[in-house]
Amino acid sequence: MKNKFKEFLKGLIKENPTFVLMLGLCPTLAISTTIKNGLGMGVATTFVLIGSNAMINLIRKIVPDKIRIPCFIVVIASFVTIVELIMKAYVPILDRALGIYIPLIVVNCIVLARAEAFASKETFLNSILDGLGMGCGFTLALLLISTIRETLGMGTFFDYKIKGFEPIFLLSLPSGALLIIGLLLGFFNFLKEKKG
Amino acid sequence: MNITNFISIFISAVFVNNVILSRFLGLCPFIAISKETKPAIAMSFAVSFVIFMSSVISWCIYRFLLIPFNLIYLRTITFILVIAAFVQLVEMIIRKFFPVLYRFFGIYLPLITTNCAVLGVSLLNTDMFFNNGKALTGSFYYSIFQSLCVGLGYTIAMILMSAIRERLELCNIPKPFKNFPIAFVIASIMSMSFLGFNGFKF
Repeated sequence: MKNKFKEFLKGLIKENPTFVLMLGLCPTLAISTTIKNGLGMGVATTFVLIGSNAMINLIRKIVPDKIRIPCFIVVIASFVTIVELIMKAYVPILDRALGIYIPLIVVNCIVLARAEAFASKETFLNSILDGLGMGCGFTLALLLISTIRETLGMGTFFDYKIKGFEPIFLLSLPSGALLIIGLLLGFFNFLKEKKG
Repeated sequence: MNITNFISIFISAVFVNNVILSRFLGLCPFIAISKETKPAIAMSFAVSFVIFMSSVISWCIYRFLLIPFNLIYLRTITFILVIAAFVQLVEMIIRKFFPVLYRFFGIYLPLITTNCAVLGVSLLNTDMFFNNGKALTGSFYYSIFQSLCVGLGYTIAMILMSAIRERLELCNIPKPFKNFPIAFVIASIMSMSFLGFNGFKF
């Protein structure tokens, strides 16, 4: 039981997809302008991760080794299409805000990397837990970045206006995203060095 | 279809909405392979070529297969499959007929499949130049032109970044910021300077 818990926990901090593995940075930076967008993207990616990890784990013995990558991509793309259609139907505002970054989950490196490195080797339950953990880690990173960008860049928190604060508009622009992730990465490196 | 549209597509794709610096597509190779100029240039040429070809193919598939048969919801799956197959094909052709070029591109070629810029441009083209399932007039030329410009923008950003990072080797950077963090900070400053193009209007 403890082992299973570990599979889930490692995605959160020790192997955080964004800050440690540095995978899937494109959507992280592009849609982290508001907390809502970040959360939406995180949940969508988590769903795709769990689904594709489970599916790929089930088909891993049937798929020939040489063409496994195209097969994995088709599985992932199917799950992304499911997410796309669900979002269009039930949260059209979020769908418009995220735009092409929803279909771009297909080429988010985390999903393919987890499929290749984990789901095609481990047991079924572990793959699902790994997908869940990685998804949560991704969402956590997105929440962190988008909270910083929304509060400092737009002066709002979950759309509530913060009074008496002049927002730094630059942080909600693309360059602000790059700056914040650079500084955060540096900060985490600093913490790691201090600890070890 | 007139010349001002082409000019505005050019300015927008190369400078204002630069793929890397403002749309964040293809960021992973931008950070990972920009340590030296030569591989950076090889990578950006390979990416530009694949972006161009795959947007031509995906436009045709979207217009002549997906729309007539009412299959627009299969867009993501079709495009990624087309791109994956096309990259594989290019790799085989280059390996057979241009071995020098193959050695030049090296491992970057297969990596392009998972480059978001390629899929991103194909999706952008279908978002921008199709309206309610109908191709706008001249949409094919606009798509081709936009994909060329995006490739150019990618190459410019890549060359600038790699040149800066080559010089950075000589600088004294605080230890936690070495490598990736400083690359992001530099990219941020570059993106800030590209903001200056925002004022252009046509």
